[in-house]
Amino acid sequence: MTVTAERETEVVYPHPTPPVLGGFQGLPQRPGWLSQHLGTAAIGAVLGYLLGHWLGNVVASGYTNIANSGVNAVAITGGLLLGVFGWLLGIGALNYPLAKMVGLEPRPDYESTSWTRYLRYTVDHKVVGLQYVIGVLAFLFTGGLLAMGIRTELLSPSSHLFGPGTYIAIVSEHGTIMMMMATSVIVGPLGNWLVPLMIGARRTAFPRVEAFSFWIFTAGYLVILSALFYGGFPTGWTGYAPLQTQAGGGMMSYLVGFAVIGIGMMAAGFNLAVTIINYRAPGMTWSRIPIFVWSILATCALLTLATPTLVAAGFFGILDHTAQTAFFVTEHGGSSFLWENLFWFFGHPEVYIMALPGFGIVFEILPVFTRKPLFAYKVAAAGMVGVALLSFFVWQHHLFQSGINPDMRPLFMLTTELISIPTGFIYLVGLGTLYKAKIKFEVPMLFALALFFNFLIGGMTGVFLSDVPVNVTVHGSFFVLAHFHYTIMGGLIFAFFGGLYYWLPKMTGKTMNKKLGQIHFWIMFIFFNLTFFPMFLIGLLGQPRRVFEYAQNLQALNDFSSVSAFILGASFLVFVANFVWSIFIKPTPAPANPWDSLGLEWQTPTPVPYYNFERIPVVLSDPYHYSEENAPAVADLGEEGVLVAAGASSPASVVEESRPAAE
Amino acid sequence: MTIDNAESEGQGVGAEAEAVIAQPGKEPRHIWRMVAIWLVLSAVLDPLYYILVGPHVPPGTMTSAAKDNQFDFNILLVAALPVFLAVWVYLAYSAVMWRASRKGAPEPVGGAQARTHLGVQVGWIVTTTVIVLGLFAFGTVEVITKAGSGGGEGPNPIWTPTSATVLPVQVIAQQWKFTYRYPTFGGFETQQLIVPNNTTIAFHVTSLDVIHGFWAYQLSIKADANPQQDNVAYATTRQTGSVTVRCEELCGLWHGAMFNYGQVVSKAAFVAWAKSTEASAAANTKLLPPFAYTYVPDANGSAGGYYPDNVDPYSNSEVYGAKPASS
Repeated sequence: MTVTAERETEVVYPHPTPPVLGGFQGLPQRPGWLSQHLGTAAIGAVLGYLLGHWLGNVVASGYTNIANSGVNAVAITGGLLLGVFGWLLGIGALNYPLAKMVGLEPRPDYESTSWTRYLRYTVDHKVVGLQYVIGVLAFLFTGGLLAMGIRTELLSPSSHLFGPGTYIAIVSEHGTIMMMMATSVIVGPLGNWLVPLMIGARRTAFPRVEAFSFWIFTAGYLVILSALFYGGFPTGWTGYAPLQTQAGGGMMSYLVGFAVIGIGMMAAGFNLAVTIINYRAPGMTWSRIPIFVWSILATCALLTLATPTLVAAGFFGILDHTAQTAFFVTEHGGSSFLWENLFWFFGHPEVYIMALPGFGIVFEILPVFTRKPLFAYKVAAAGMVGVALLSFFVWQHHLFQSGINPDMRPLFMLTTELISIPTGFIYLVGLGTLYKAKIKFEVPMLFALALFFNFLIGGMTGVFLSDVPVNVTVHGSFFVLAHFHYTIMGGLIFAFFGGLYYWLPKMTGKTMNKKLGQIHFWIMFIFFNLTFFPMFLIGLLGQPRRVFEYAQNLQALNDFSSVSAFILGASFLVFVANFVWSIFIKPTPAPANPWDSLGLEWQTPTPVPYYNFERIPVVLSDPYHYSEENAPAVADLGEEGVLVAAGASSPASVVEESRPAAE
Repeated sequence: MTIDNAESEGQGVGAEAEAVIAQPGKEPRHIWRMVAIWLVLSAVLDPLYYILVGPHVPPGTMTSAAKDNQFDFNILLVAALPVFLAVWVYLAYSAVMWRASRKGAPEPVGGAQARTHLGVQVGWIVTTTVIVLGLFAFGTVEVITKAGSGGGEGPNPIWTPTSATVLPVQVIAQQWKFTYRYPTFGGFETQQLIVPNNTTIAFHVTSLDVIHGFWAYQLSIKADANPQQDNVAYATTRQTGSVTVRCEELCGLWHGAMFNYGQVVSKAAFVAWAKSTEASAAANTKLLPPFAYTYVPDANGSAGGYYPDNVDPYSNSEVYGAKPASS
C-alpha cells in the first residue's frame, strides 16, 4: 500500500485531545488517603478472611477433613475465597461492575500523576505494567529466598537444618510461587506496558480487566504465601492427587491460590489478545506487528485456552476437601490419574507460556544491538504459533512411567519431539540475525545472547527426556530439575531481565547504571550455569527430586551447586541495588530513544503521555529496517513527521520533510 | 529446543555470503571457517565421548534395560553434541568477528537479503525435521523391541520380553517404604529386593496409598506406583551386585527417606534364599491378604489396614493385618 492510501484509512480524531475512556469527560483527581488503595485492600482482605472463616465454621462446625487433624478445610477455603473477594473490593476492582449491577452510575475513572497511583486500582496500562514489575519481582525474590533454603538443606546428605516437614513445605512453596510468577513475568509487566505502544493504540481493549488481572495476581500471591501459616503443603507444585487429598490446610492455599491466579491469567490473556487483534493502528498488518507482539499473542492463546483446565482441576480438589466428593479418591471411584492428566493438560502449555514471551523479547533486542533486520520474521512468527499449537498435544510425556496409556508413548514422544522443529526456528532467526552483524554488547544484548546459550542446553536435554527409553533413566531425577531451570530461568528469566534493562529507560524515564548491569549479568550468567549444570550429573547419578537425604557420594556435587546458588542469589541484590540507585537515589534522565530503535514505543516522549499517542500513527512497514539503503518509512507519526531508518547502521530519525502531503 | 545443523546452514548462508562477497573479494568465508571448526571439534569430541565416557554412563549394565538405556543415552548425546557445538561455535565466532568494537569490522548490510533467505530457511526446516523423525523412529524401535526399556507399562503390557520364564516380583509402595512379594514362592513378603541373575523379571508395582515411584537405579527400572493399579516393568539381569531403590514421585513427609537396598544374586543363591524365606516367613504370610495385583485401602479409614481387591471392603473379617491366624 502506498503512503497516501494508508493515510486514507487512518482514524482522524476531531480534536487534538484524545477521547476519554468509557465516555467520561475529564479526569478527576481522587481525594487523598481516604479513597481506595492498598491499605483498604488489606483491610478488606482481613475482614473477608475472618468472615469467610467464620461462615465456614458455621456451616461445617466440628468437621475435620482428615481424621483428628483439627483442620477444617471448609473454614479455610471460605476464609481464603472471601479474603480474595475482600481484597478486590477494598482496592476498588469491583466498584464499576457492582455499581452497574445495582443500576447506579459508576464513579468516573480518574488519572492522577501522584506516585500514589501505583498503590491504587488504575486503568492506565503503563501504571499497571509498572505495578506488575514490582509484583513479579516480589514473587521472584520470595521464591528465590526459598530456593536458598532448599540449597542450604542440601549442603549435607544426612544432617538436617530443617525437618522433613519444613523442607517439603519450602520445596512446594518455592515451586508453586515460581510457577505462578513465571506465568505472568513477561505478559504482566512488559506485555501490558508495551503491547498498546507497539501496536499504536491508546489503551488495551479492557482496561478494567487488565487492572483486575494485576490485583487478583497479587491476591494469589498472598493466598499462596498463607500456605506457610497452615504448615505448608507436601505435594510440590504439581499437587499430585492422592497425596493432595490427604494433605492439610496448606493444600487449600495451593488449590485456591492456583484457581485465583488462573482467573488472573485468563483475564490478562484475553485482554491482550483482544487488544492485539482489534486495536492495531492503521497499516499495522499481521506482517508488520513487532515480533514481541506475535509472541504475546501466542502466549495469550495458551493463557486463555489452557488455564481453564487448571481452574477446573483446582475446583475438583477444593470439592474433594470440603464437600466429600471423590474426583481423585481411588477407593471411592475417583482416579489418581485424573489430576495428573488435568494438571499436565494445563501444565505443558504453561511451560510454553513461560518460554514464548522470552523469545519475543530477545527478538526485539537482537536487531537493535546488531543494527540488522530480524532474519526470517515470518519463520519467527510461525515458530511461536507452531509451538503454541503443538503444546496442547504433548502433556502425557510427563506420565511416561506412570502406567497410563503405555501404548501411546511413541505418539507423545513424536509430538514432543516435533515441538523442537518450531522451537528450532527461534535459533534460525536468532543466529541468522547475528550473521555479519555489528554486535554491541550492551547489557540487554548480553542477556539476549545468554538466552541462546542457556536455552540450547535446556532444549536439547528436553529431547533426552522426550525419548521414552532415556526417560526411564532421567524421569523424576535432578536431571529434570536442571532441564526446566535451564529453560525457564535460563530462558525466560534471562529474557525478562534483558527486557527490563532494555525498556526500563522508557518505562521509568531513568537510565540504569551500565556497570552494575554488567556485573549483575556476569555473576548471574556464570553462577546460573555453575548451579544448574551439576544437577544434570546429580540426576544421572541417581538423586530423585524433592529429597532431603541423598547418597554420600553426591555431596561434593551438591555442595558445589549450593554454593553457586548462593552467589546466584546474591547477583539479584546487584540488580536491586542498581534499580534503587538508578531510579530513586541518583536518577539520570534517559533520552527518549537511547538505543536508536525503530520501534513505535520509542517514538513517544518520555514519560509517555496518558494517551500514548497524540495522534494515532499510520504504520508503513515493520520496525526492522536497520542498515538499509533507501529504507522505507516505518510509520507516519503525524505532526512530528515520518519515522525512517536514516541509512546504513545509523539511528532512527523522524524526518519532517519526507512526510507525504495529506490528500 | 533446537536442532541446528551447521552443514545445511553452511550451504545456504555460504551461497549468500559468496553473493555478497563477490565484489570486494576481501571478506573472509565465515561460514566455511565455522564449518571447519565445527567439523574438527565434532570429529574429535564425539568419538572421545563415546569411547571414554560412554561405557560409564548411568545406569550401568547390570540389566538388559540398563544396558539398552545407556546405549540410547549415548546415541542421543552423540547426536546432540554436534548440535551444541554448531550453535556454540556460531555464537563464539559471531561474538569475536562481528563485535562492533573490532577494528575494521564491516558495516552490516540490511535490506531484503538480510531479512530472508529461502535456501537457508528450507534447509534448516528440512534438516531439523529429518533429525526429529529419525530420533522418533529410533526411540520407538528401542522402546518396542526392548520390552518397554524398563519403564512402567501399565497393567497389560503390550511390549513384553521374549524369554519363556519370567519371575514375577510384586513391589508394594506405601508411605514410606517398599515391600516385595514373591507370588511364585507362596506370596511371602520381604523388605529387601533379592532377584536372581540371568533371569527376566516382571516387576508388578502398586501402591497402598498415594502415588509413589519405584526406581531401582542399577536395574534401570522406573515405574509409578499408583493406588489400585498394577504397573508392570521388565528387565533381564546380567550381572550380580547391589541395587539401590528410591522413591521418585513426591509422596509426602518422608519421601526423601524412602529408599532401601537390594541384591542381584546367582540363581542358585536366589532359590536357596527364596525357599528358606518362604519357610521361615510362612507364619507371617498366613496373616497377609492373599496375593493380588492390587489392594484396596480400608474404605472406612478407621482400621488403618487394607483389603485385597477380591474381598468386599465393607465386611469386617478380612482386614489386612487383622486376619485371624487360624483361617
